[in-house]
Amino acid sequence: MSGATSDETPIVWHVSEDEDHGAGHSGPTALGFWIYLMSDALIFASLFAMYGVVSTSYAGGPVPSEIFDLKLVAINTALLLASSITFGEAMPHMEAGRVGPMRAWLVATGLLGAAFLGVELYEFHHLINEGAGPQRSAFLSAFFALVGTHGAHVFFGLIWMVVLLVQTMQHGLIEPMKRRVMCLSMFWHFLDIIWIGVFTFVYLLGVLR
Amino acid sequence: MSDNRLMQTIFGRLTWDALPLHDPIVLPVFGVVALGGLVTVFLLTRYRLWGYLWKEWFTSVDHKKVGIMYVILGIVMLLRGFSDAIMMRIQQAIAFGPNEGYLPPHHYDQIFTAHGTIMIFFVAIPLVVGIINFVMPLQIGARDVAFPFLNNLSFWLTAAGAVLVMTSLFVGEFARTGWLGYAPLSELDYSPDTGVDYYLWALQIAGVGTTLSAINMVTTIVKMRAPGMTMMKMPIFCWTALCSNVLAVAIFPALTAAFFLLMLDRYVGTNFFTNDLGGAPMMYWNMVWIWGHPEVYVLVLPAFGIFSEITSTFTGKRLFGYSSMVYATVVITILAYLVWLHHFFTMGSGPTVNSFFGIATMVIAIPTGAKIFNWLFTMYRGDIRFDLPMMWVVAFMLTFTVGGMTGVLLAIPPADFVLHNSLFLVAHFHNVIIGGVLFGLFAGIVYWFPKAFGFILDPFWGKVGFWGWVIGYWIAWTPMYVVGLMGTTRRVNHFDDVSLQPYFIVAMVGVVIIAIGIFGFIMSIVMGVKHRRRLADTTGDPWEGRTLEWSTSSPPPHYNFAFTPVIHELDAWYDMKRRGYERPADGYRPIHMPGNTASGVLISGLALVMGFGMIWYIWWLAALAFVGLLAVAIGHTFFLDRDYVIPPDEVARTEAHWHEQGALT
Repeated sequence: MSGATSDETPIVWHVSEDEDHGAGHSGPTALGFWIYLMSDALIFASLFAMYGVVSTSYAGGPVPSEIFDLKLVAINTALLLASSITFGEAMPHMEAGRVGPMRAWLVATGLLGAAFLGVELYEFHHLINEGAGPQRSAFLSAFFALVGTHGAHVFFGLIWMVVLLVQTMQHGLIEPMKRRVMCLSMFWHFLDIIWIGVFTFVYLLGVLR
Repeated sequence: MSDNRLMQTIFGRLTWDALPLHDPIVLPVFGVVALGGLVTVFLLTRYRLWGYLWKEWFTSVDHKKVGIMYVILGIVMLLRGFSDAIMMRIQQAIAFGPNEGYLPPHHYDQIFTAHGTIMIFFVAIPLVVGIINFVMPLQIGARDVAFPFLNNLSFWLTAAGAVLVMTSLFVGEFARTGWLGYAPLSELDYSPDTGVDYYLWALQIAGVGTTLSAINMVTTIVKMRAPGMTMMKMPIFCWTALCSNVLAVAIFPALTAAFFLLMLDRYVGTNFFTNDLGGAPMMYWNMVWIWGHPEVYVLVLPAFGIFSEITSTFTGKRLFGYSSMVYATVVITILAYLVWLHHFFTMGSGPTVNSFFGIATMVIAIPTGAKIFNWLFTMYRGDIRFDLPMMWVVAFMLTFTVGGMTGVLLAIPPADFVLHNSLFLVAHFHNVIIGGVLFGLFAGIVYWFPKAFGFILDPFWGKVGFWGWVIGYWIAWTPMYVVGLMGTTRRVNHFDDVSLQPYFIVAMVGVVIIAIGIFGFIMSIVMGVKHRRRLADTTGDPWEGRTLEWSTSSPPPHYNFAFTPVIHELDAWYDMKRRGYERPADGYRPIHMPGNTASGVLISGLALVMGFGMIWYIWWLAALAFVGLLAVAIGHTFFLDRDYVIPPDEVARTEAHWHEQGALT
């Protein structure tokens, strides 16, 4: 059947105009970054599973209601959620190519993220001093691993943010920069979602138990 | 005393005792490897090849070259893993009754651990990833993968892991825990030396590479297919590559997490998998097997794809049941996640859980069986040409089917309670991995070698390699099935029951025949290079192929295709040939290509140094390497303009050269 039509109209075997696979548009990068985020989500899923299995293995040590300071965690949650909002504010400026306001909102995001990390480090320090360090029981091991891995992600997100602030100053909002800010924004919101899981399943549920 | 502390700060726990100066077996091996390394370095310097290697290969982001480097890594590590196999077979053939053999348990345990680790992580994975890397972009009509730099980085991270494993042979020890490092044996209390740390760091570094590579391949297949190539017009090998890499993205995080937690146990003193303070060792087993079982399909699905392409090509027919083949592949991908617990039915999860996993395991045999019938029906009334790739297909079908059936047998929980950890199990998984994965990889290497290098492998020596492997496999592993069924357990370096000895002697004869197979394979490359003029492929299509990779020259130009092809049917190249397609001789356009970069080599080198520092507790070195690694990675992002353009007249010259070559023969 296809042979019959090919007699009349010549078959097109090649793309004749210039086109570049990949370069210029964000197609592959956005998809690739999504897949990376999925794989990272699975690392967190594994850590959550680990925490779920040993979340009551206190080994005679401290239990969640004794050591979790919900006020502190509420402040921390507010800081991180606010940082997602400020990043959200940066994005329309990026789309419109207004590099100044975008960078200002990124700085705000970075400061909130740094404050979050500061509070988390204070909490860890306090816990370890109280004798509730990661070596004390499987529950505490899993708590520190899960929350600490999230914190490490926030830390690398901050480094990334500083790099992008420098690069957008150098180059302005050229196409690769837009792509990178877009990826960082996805990364940052992803960390927010993970934190909501941590807040609910580790802190709230832990104190209820 | 303070002097001692200074030495510890500088060298961690690394001392002269770490070198095998007193070991009668390792020292000569070290001598030979060191000598070989020196000779290689000397020859490379003598013939001024360092610059060429660096510019054309090490820093290259060309998917074809990265793929070839992966395959070379896999073949080199195959020789190492096979040496371990021969050592084990000799030990088990002689260590009966009063004879203790030549390998003490301490050494023997490292050998079987290294054998398994190397064969899966540094032979099977690099070979599979390498072949996908080389073939898949050509089959979908792309000029490179979606993230060319990431591809180069992935390769070097894998290579860094391989170097760490090799280092453990000569500096310190390797793990004695078995190839998955089961906790709590792999905890600091029971494995205090560097062995498990070598294992963990090597696999973490290589694992990052494999994950990145999988993300890259999935993105490439989804986003970069030539116009007209819908999912159901995609070559079946690309489908299997897609499913394999989707699996890999979804499982490697679980392994990374398990290793990460075990590292915390060993370095920080946490209690995830310890016996005390609430640790849950079986959680480690669950996590590694959530990775481990799907990993089998990560490896075997691309092998199925290779067999499908070869069967279709060498019978001159369209693949029978293409869409059922696709669905079978997808079903296997999904079921692969639901069977991990069959690796430890004996954990005691109870009949309900064991039944679920047992049945899920048996169900996988259905889509796999469908595939076997698809290949058979493709061959049925086909015009079969029994070239070497097709011989591998037939050997695979005969061998793999037996392995599949013993797998279904092991999936029955009560039977598994008897056969758990027996040599029957070991024979089963060697049956599917050698008979399925390895035969597939050899078939793929023989099939696509002319595409990569422009000449076919020497057929005579290739057949020597084929018969050595096939006969050797059956002689080596049939006795293992028998003694395993009688209850012989694995990972044993000495037997009291002398009546078993004949079986192990037969197995040793088998492994010697496999050695002939390996020799034949290597000779087929050597003699192929020697007779490359006679064996040359000037047309680009030596096997009367059906898919797009055969539509370009052998080896393909940097840019793969002068024009991006437009696809109308499955088996696009067959369609083009059938409908009288002619190559355009002019009208070339400039081609945009990604440029080379040294960042991949640097980052992986620093990762290697960091791993080494962590293994030996040389904290300053590890910290320095990590900071350096971050600096290089960040620095890399500051170079925005790495691409270059191939001008049309260069494309015209390259294409004209190929046309002349083809016209001469």
